[in-house]
Amino acid sequence: MSLDLIIPAPSATDEARRQIEICNACRYCEGFCAVFPAMTRQKSFADGDLTQLANLCHNCRGCYYACQYTAPHEFALNIPAALAEVRVESWERLARPQALARLFQTHGVAMAGLLVVALAVFFWALGALRPVEGAGFYAHLAHNTLVAIFAPAFVLPLLLIALSVRDYWREVGGGRVRLAHLLRAFDSAARMKNLSGGHGEGCNFEKGDRFSDRRRVFHQLMMYGFLLCFASTSSATLMHYLLGLEAPYALISVPKLLGVPGGLMMAVGAVGLGWLKLRADRSLGAARVWGGEMAFVLLLGAVALTGLGLYVATGSALVGPLLAVHLSTVMVLFLLMPFSKMVHGFYRLAALVAEAGQPAPSSANE
Amino acid sequence: MKDWPETFDLAVVGGGNAALCAAITAAEAGASVLILEGAPKTYRGGNSRHTRNFRCMHKGPMFPLTDAYEEEEYLHDLMLVTKGKTDEGLARMAIRSSEECLPWMMAHGVRFQPSLSGTLSLSRTNAFFLGGGKALVNAYYNTAEDLGVKVAYDAQVTHVHREGDRITHLDTEIAGRPVTVKARAFVLASGGFQADIDWLARAWGPSARNFLIRGTPYNRGVVLRDMLDQGAESVGDPTQCHAVAIDGRAPKYDGGIVTRLDCVPFSIVLNTNGERFYNEGEDVWPKRYAIWGRLVAAQPDQVGFALIDAKSIDLFMPSVFPPVKADTIEELADKMGLDPQAVRATVDGFNAACRPGKFHPTELDGLATEGLDVPKTNWARPLDTPPYYGYQLRPGVTFTYLGLKVDAHAQVHSAEGSIRNLWAAGEIMAGSILGQGYLAGFGMTIGTVFGRIAGKEAAAHVA
Repeated sequence: MSLDLIIPAPSATDEARRQIEICNACRYCEGFCAVFPAMTRQKSFADGDLTQLANLCHNCRGCYYACQYTAPHEFALNIPAALAEVRVESWERLARPQALARLFQTHGVAMAGLLVVALAVFFWALGALRPVEGAGFYAHLAHNTLVAIFAPAFVLPLLLIALSVRDYWREVGGGRVRLAHLLRAFDSAARMKNLSGGHGEGCNFEKGDRFSDRRRVFHQLMMYGFLLCFASTSSATLMHYLLGLEAPYALISVPKLLGVPGGLMMAVGAVGLGWLKLRADRSLGAARVWGGEMAFVLLLGAVALTGLGLYVATGSALVGPLLAVHLSTVMVLFLLMPFSKMVHGFYRLAALVAEAGQPAPSSANE
Repeated sequence: MKDWPETFDLAVVGGGNAALCAAITAAEAGASVLILEGAPKTYRGGNSRHTRNFRCMHKGPMFPLTDAYEEEEYLHDLMLVTKGKTDEGLARMAIRSSEECLPWMMAHGVRFQPSLSGTLSLSRTNAFFLGGGKALVNAYYNTAEDLGVKVAYDAQVTHVHREGDRITHLDTEIAGRPVTVKARAFVLASGGFQADIDWLARAWGPSARNFLIRGTPYNRGVVLRDMLDQGAESVGDPTQCHAVAIDGRAPKYDGGIVTRLDCVPFSIVLNTNGERFYNEGEDVWPKRYAIWGRLVAAQPDQVGFALIDAKSIDLFMPSVFPPVKADTIEELADKMGLDPQAVRATVDGFNAACRPGKFHPTELDGLATEGLDVPKTNWARPLDTPPYYGYQLRPGVTFTYLGLKVDAHAQVHSAEGSIRNLWAAGEIMAGSILGQGYLAGFGMTIGTVFGRIAGKEAAAHVA
């Protein structure tokens, strides 16, 4: 047995620390995003500092292509990958239960498996719990049954995420949150400022060292599409309970006006993000979770497409099976919020808020 | 030997900033262009990869530059560092042209940002590249590619064939295979010779073998040597190189910017005998870092040791490698391979010579030692607060001064007159203007100005 077998490989955090300390002596990348100015606040980096930097990183990859110290240079810097590893590790570490996080972050197959289970359950439910009366898809599954299934499936994962983000806040030493910090963070997320490349021409995701805004565009289509769909469902719930207006709704109605464009945006976003992911260099991200990330993009696309399909199929015999498929995808999306790429949105926002609460980076020696 | 299948209008030797500016300018004028970059693609761009800014004349505020920086002040700054060793005509031309370069650079893909942290003093004079020099190099390669410029990587030119007042072709080795490259015009932009340690040792003396090379290992001066052997006119002191004091643990080549150490003004610096040898507090570091390369080079084994205490550790930019750390001076000396007793004696002598007063890290505070043979005239505070920290310093060579003499058209000359289809740009001819010293960001100015001139002249020659 040789000695090197018992020397543990450096952890993702140790490797990121090694790389960040080299970066911090260079600083050429300061203009790309928030990570590099944030780094200049210190000379040495605690684990929590690295967790924060990692979650602040949007993986735009500008710093990789601009770096003099990438392999084959002996410093072998690959900051986008190093931070991606720390980021995914932090999501796994802070999630509860952790075993689920490790499973679903990494394995698309696991996500597909859960989808199959959900499908089976919903097809069974549609047969066994078919209501006596009801219009549209409520003819297949009563509104109360839907709420009884989905309310906990939505609220419980959110609670788990809230606990994790609280732990994150402690780990990175976040301070008191003020309205100004929230506004700054939401502004940054709303415009995806950190994917602008610092010059507004975008990032280096799928075209090597050339800049492209595609990732920012597709991500925003997805994000705003998702929010529109969420608003659509929320508005329908309010209309149902407060106004007594029950689905199905006409095309000229709040839920449809929000949901149809939202669904289309999500579908385009999912196709775009999946396509970019196929073209991008896997070695500049957390390569081990590629499958889980891709499955997540496809899941979002499936949620959108089956939702739109349900609308198109109104009144036909396809509503029943499509409803089962759509509800299954939504259910899986909800259940996996704490354990999939979905969770990045919560940590990213937390990182942006924490950064907004820090003093402006000052120069070291002037 | 195999022939490259086509005859190009222009063959550019080198693949850094000057070469790319020449290639892009010529290609835009309609010339067919081949770039012969000696490095593999991952290391393309020569020393331009390591740069970060461009010194630019401007009559008023102009993004990313503040205020104004006019010709006379720029020339004055150049005269200060070169001590007059410059060709004023060429220098003025380069300075004047720098202003129109900035928009040209942006139009060809280079992006700028406000000056980097720790460099605020340069926000008026120097335009910083967003992402640094490698980002600039990437942008130019993309622009060149879009213009149809061909690039051969790992392409080393071994001989430039001259017949009378013309260059006929180049002998090259591309990925290890001999290839003849034919063109109607040629631009040499292949840098200096600082990566050829044997040449450095012949010029400077054997101690040069202990120098570190801050930039690319590919600037071996093969083409420069070949041209000088063929009687091309030269300029610049053949024995001199520009060297700064850097972290002694830096890689032999290509350590670049991160190996800088800004701690000297807050340190005492010892040689291997444990003795101080120069006033560490003579002036602010941006005005002194360049002389420390030579100072360290003159010490035994070409090495120095900067010692600081806990009071000063946060007063300078972070170092790429952590400092050696110890709780006592003796322990620190021991860890750094110095004689603890000798270092103790030096530190005690220094501490006793320190005087009370107001310490101000960012300006000349006049806090000086009294009664020492080697004084420290600013920032002199006793080393008395553990933990103590130490850095090893070595000379890091940035560039060499010997180069090809060019005229205002960037044309190369022999004793018999100009070589009609040969131009030079960048470090290979920078000695024409920069005879001594260095001015931050001026190398990129010379490269950009003369690269564009060379490309324009070459394209006009073949048109």
